[in-house]
Amino acid sequence: MNPHVLRPLYAVIGIVVVILIARAFFVPKDFGVGARGYMYGWHRKGDEEEWKKFKIKYMGSEYCKDCHDKNYTSIKKSPHKNIQCENCHGPANDPTSDHYSDHRPKLAIDRSRAQCLRCHFPLPYPTSGRSKIRGVDPDKHNPNIECAMCHNPHYPDLEGSR
Amino acid sequence: MITRREFLKNTVIGIAAATVPLAAVEIIDPKKLFAQEAAEKTKVRWVFLVDTYKCVGCGLCVQACKLENEIPYDANVTRTWVERYVLTKDGRLLADTPKGARDGYATTRIDMGLGKYQDIKKNNIEKAYFVPKLCNQCENPPCVQVCPVGATYQAKDGVVLVDRKWCIGCGYCIMACPYGVRFFHPVYHVAEKCNFCYHRITKGMKPACEMACPFGARRIGDINNPADPVTKIIMNERVSILKEEYGTKPQNYYVGLSREVR
Repeated sequence: MNPHVLRPLYAVIGIVVVILIARAFFVPKDFGVGARGYMYGWHRKGDEEEWKKFKIKYMGSEYCKDCHDKNYTSIKKSPHKNIQCENCHGPANDPTSDHYSDHRPKLAIDRSRAQCLRCHFPLPYPTSGRSKIRGVDPDKHNPNIECAMCHNPHYPDLEGSR
Repeated sequence: MITRREFLKNTVIGIAAATVPLAAVEIIDPKKLFAQEAAEKTKVRWVFLVDTYKCVGCGLCVQACKLENEIPYDANVTRTWVERYVLTKDGRLLADTPKGARDGYATTRIDMGLGKYQDIKKNNIEKAYFVPKLCNQCENPPCVQVCPVGATYQAKDGVVLVDRKWCIGCGYCIMACPYGVRFFHPVYHVAEKCNFCYHRITKGMKPACEMACPFGARRIGDINNPADPVTKIIMNERVSILKEEYGTKPQNYYVGLSREVR
């Protein structure tokens, strides 16, 4: 066969070889077909472990219980018993707060009216649990002051506390 | 020279041989079989159960998710969000999710987009409810199929993950998801999505959204464990899934889902 026909073929083979060599260096060793087969499981295995190592921030009320026993028990007796400490006090393991390591409460407490209005803004929605929660009109009910001025969030029921 | 008889005989044998599946001639290794069976038994398959009757739209789940998973708080992207649906007596359907309901719903006005709002009078409301949304961790995830580089994949426990080091940010998966759960991470510039808080569930903890929910509207479960309370509800009660017609086999089950929800 004429060499002018083969020459481009050699060039193409050369490019393919270069790509294959580059690929061998570039693609991580743990790349392969995972548990879900080629279509859904083609991935770098090490990434699963990397996601597992992601930092946990929300620890749950049980984590606060041992040191903040009094506050833990008071809220558990109130209608707010299902609300986690961290929903208002911020995540306990927040990397910016350093709460645990130097053992000082640096967590920013959300005392805003908006925080209370998440549930206590009245929405008359007949097929949602929202309509069963007692609400106030924020424009009429002591506007511009924090709810916590009168209502203790750990024991919010003013009638009950009297 | 082949005779007609021989030709017909060989044809029949050929067809008969072709119909025998490859599996029939495979030699079964009992050890391998037992190992496979044991692996199947311990296999976890994470699923999610949302009770829309219980959801009050407080948005604490969204807040917790954003802080837990380091999603920029003020960027208008979120791994989970809560939608509000309001159906009026004159047959109109309104839905909104301002900031993904990160700050809850402290207004009766519906956000119509483009700075427009609509207030529905109390006596004009036929029904209204909240629907939390998150990644469905589909059994047939279309987002994974389309990834050209193998940066998104399904782990053996069913959770679809994104490899942040490997993602090239082409956005094909964001287009492919019928549920619109994927978005670009504003910091890492890669595809981002809910992964059921993979770092928490693999350590026996609940996802941040479930932990933050005061009403028990969001729950994670293992569908392969018949004793799991979430599995019992999915198996025995009336639950539905989103966009069944796409064939993606979504694994978030909803209690009290109405047909208006898409």
